[in-house]
Amino acid sequence: MNLLIDAFAWIFDPAHLGGPNGIPIRLVQHLTISLAVLVIASVIAIPLGYLIGHTGRGRSLAVSLTGGFRALPTLGLLIIVALWLGIGIEAPIIALVVLAIPPVLAGAYSGFEAIDRRTIDSARAVGMTEGQIVRKVEVPLGLPLLIGGLRSATLQIIATATLADYVGAGGLGRFIFVGLKSNDYSQMLAGSLLVIALALISEGIFALLQKLVVPRGVVANQNADVRTPSSRRVAVVGSPTEERK
Amino acid sequence: MNWVIENLPLIGQRTLEHLALSIPPIVLSFVLSVPLGWVANRYRLSRGVLLTVLGLLYAIPSLPLLIVLPIILGTGARDSINVVVALTLYGIALMVRTTSDALGSVSSDISQSATAMGFSPWTRFWKVDLPLAGPVLLAGIRVVAVSTVSLVTVGAVLGIKSLGLLFTDGLQRNIVAEVLAGMVATIALALLIDAALVLLGRLLMPWARATRTSSTRRSRLTAEAAAS
Amino acid sequence: MIEFRQVSKRFPDGTLAVEDFSLVIPSRKTTVFVGSSGCGKTTILRMINRMIDRTSGSIEIDGEDIVGLDKVKLRRRIGYVMQNSGLLPHRKVVDNVATVPLLNGVAKKEAHARALELLDTVGLDRSLANRYPSQLSGGQQQRVGVARGLAADPNILLMDEPFGAVDPLVRAELQHELIRLQRELDKTVVFVTHDIDEAFLLGDQVVILQKGGVIVQKGSPTEILTAPANDFVADFIGATKGKRALHIDRRDGRDVVLDSEGRAAGVLVEGSTGTGEEVPT
Repeated sequence: MNLLIDAFAWIFDPAHLGGPNGIPIRLVQHLTISLAVLVIASVIAIPLGYLIGHTGRGRSLAVSLTGGFRALPTLGLLIIVALWLGIGIEAPIIALVVLAIPPVLAGAYSGFEAIDRRTIDSARAVGMTEGQIVRKVEVPLGLPLLIGGLRSATLQIIATATLADYVGAGGLGRFIFVGLKSNDYSQMLAGSLLVIALALISEGIFALLQKLVVPRGVVANQNADVRTPSSRRVAVVGSPTEERK
Repeated sequence: MNWVIENLPLIGQRTLEHLALSIPPIVLSFVLSVPLGWVANRYRLSRGVLLTVLGLLYAIPSLPLLIVLPIILGTGARDSINVVVALTLYGIALMVRTTSDALGSVSSDISQSATAMGFSPWTRFWKVDLPLAGPVLLAGIRVVAVSTVSLVTVGAVLGIKSLGLLFTDGLQRNIVAEVLAGMVATIALALLIDAALVLLGRLLMPWARATRTSSTRRSRLTAEAAAS
Repeated sequence: MIEFRQVSKRFPDGTLAVEDFSLVIPSRKTTVFVGSSGCGKTTILRMINRMIDRTSGSIEIDGEDIVGLDKVKLRRRIGYVMQNSGLLPHRKVVDNVATVPLLNGVAKKEAHARALELLDTVGLDRSLANRYPSQLSGGQQQRVGVARGLAADPNILLMDEPFGAVDPLVRAELQHELIRLQRELDKTVVFVTHDIDEAFLLGDQVVILQKGGVIVQKGSPTEILTAPANDFVADFIGATKGKRALHIDRRDGRDVVLDSEGRAAGVLVEGSTGTGEEVPT
């Protein structure tokens, strides 16, 4: 327990609450990198995921891709990109984006897929255009699962951003690696506790957000949402050809 | 490529070390999740508490967890036990929800008819409920296995021996081939264990391929979604 | 003989499913409980093998109060067949049929041999023995369910709407199969259905139930048809709509049975095998 007290003492040491190597700077770095990565990954993955979710095309590819990414060791990816691009902020950002895309993509397309096919068929039947179906039906109904995807992406980013200081990205990971090199366990522990706190806070915020975005009238039953109706593929393959008639 | 050929024994050794750190968490998280998942499925209150705690546990990033664990376990900072414990915790965090859902998805018709035939609750759990949850449990443990193999490498930054050392060593000595070899070996190991689990599943559950009920397919989706 | 004495069942949520129910179910006969959903018929059935425990009163099997018996052992000596068969999807047909004998510690070989015989008994080809339940049709699954219910050679067979989920043709086939089986095996069958025609077809004793397990009328199909106890029964068996009021008309030299609308319901033949209690509609 003494170690824990030392770590807290380290965190609240005035010397560490300011300055170029202080906690605020590192925290801002960590948050900036994380947010930037989340935005970039979302800009790429959400439209792509919506496209897959709406058309049903490329679904099996997306599924195996997102599944396969689980096997990719994050540390290895960080290092290989760093060796390729050199030390700096670009390499970690690229590596983090690559890691954040799969969960966001999965959240986007599974959000669309989880919608009852009859809801979409009836939207089509009342005369909505495909664009209107996406905007007025699929996006709002798919939001909880998309937020879920963003949630796991953010966890992944915060965790890997910690690791990213191994290739010089800065952030809260810096305390861990500096502590590691100088055998300063209280600094390592302090850095770890800060990262854990950050991760748990983000988890809390997203949990709240996920509750808030469920449209009123839709029962918030995550399990039932995920259990995609199996009629899915037939309905999707059928619709575009019917439209062209 | 030259580096790989010259260092095959090293890669082999690292692979074995990696395997030694991967298998225990996979096995342990499966074994421990069965009773925990049963409790979570059986009692509503425990389900809420258990799943929330495990959800938070799962949110803790791996490197900080590896650093915090020693003060709880009383182990050394670079002890490989920390890796086994950390990854077992992640595995449990995933598997308890899966196990609880899988046990809950066993059709009430089947469990009632089993009771009516005279299965005692204990026998019913082992001979009916658990086997029927099998396909979903398999899907869950496959996710755990693959991410465990990948996460073992993180320990390398603390000097814990695994294929991850090829990454850190490759960075320090600027050998791209070494890092690449480490990645290929890690992914191959993950796929190999995954394939072994699939095979094991076919062996233990020959009925699962004949019986593709929609409920097992759905729960499998749930397991995949929960893990993504 | 199964005897209910002033049995009541109140569920934990407060609903009184069965109140003060008394009935004697004779041995080696088929007793059918019939009523709309929520009348407590399934609850009564399940109290016999203690899937549900009664709140008050007593239930005796051959003079022995079942409260004193071990639940699990009790269930192993009572056959049970339910809607959707409830077969174990992870076991082959032969293992499903042999379930109870195997639970009772009978050697696997012996249990399997007996299971194969039972497949013959219920009219299933032995080649199906090594399939999984999901590979059978609904009617076949139901037959396996019956075979499984008979496997431990129980004196009592409980059947909870066993033919409720199969299509009408298969249903008729299974009903006649059950009549044949009962003639051969002579079990005490307790059958639950919401279909009055099925009840009249299968039952030696038909018990018409109202909400709360209240017996409105009990008796042989003939007794009930000829003298419905009240308007509820008359309505329930279709007598008020003229469905059961048949008359004979001679056409082309044969006696045709017509209903009140003048539609043909059947042809009258000499020396019918039926006991006179079965009135097909």
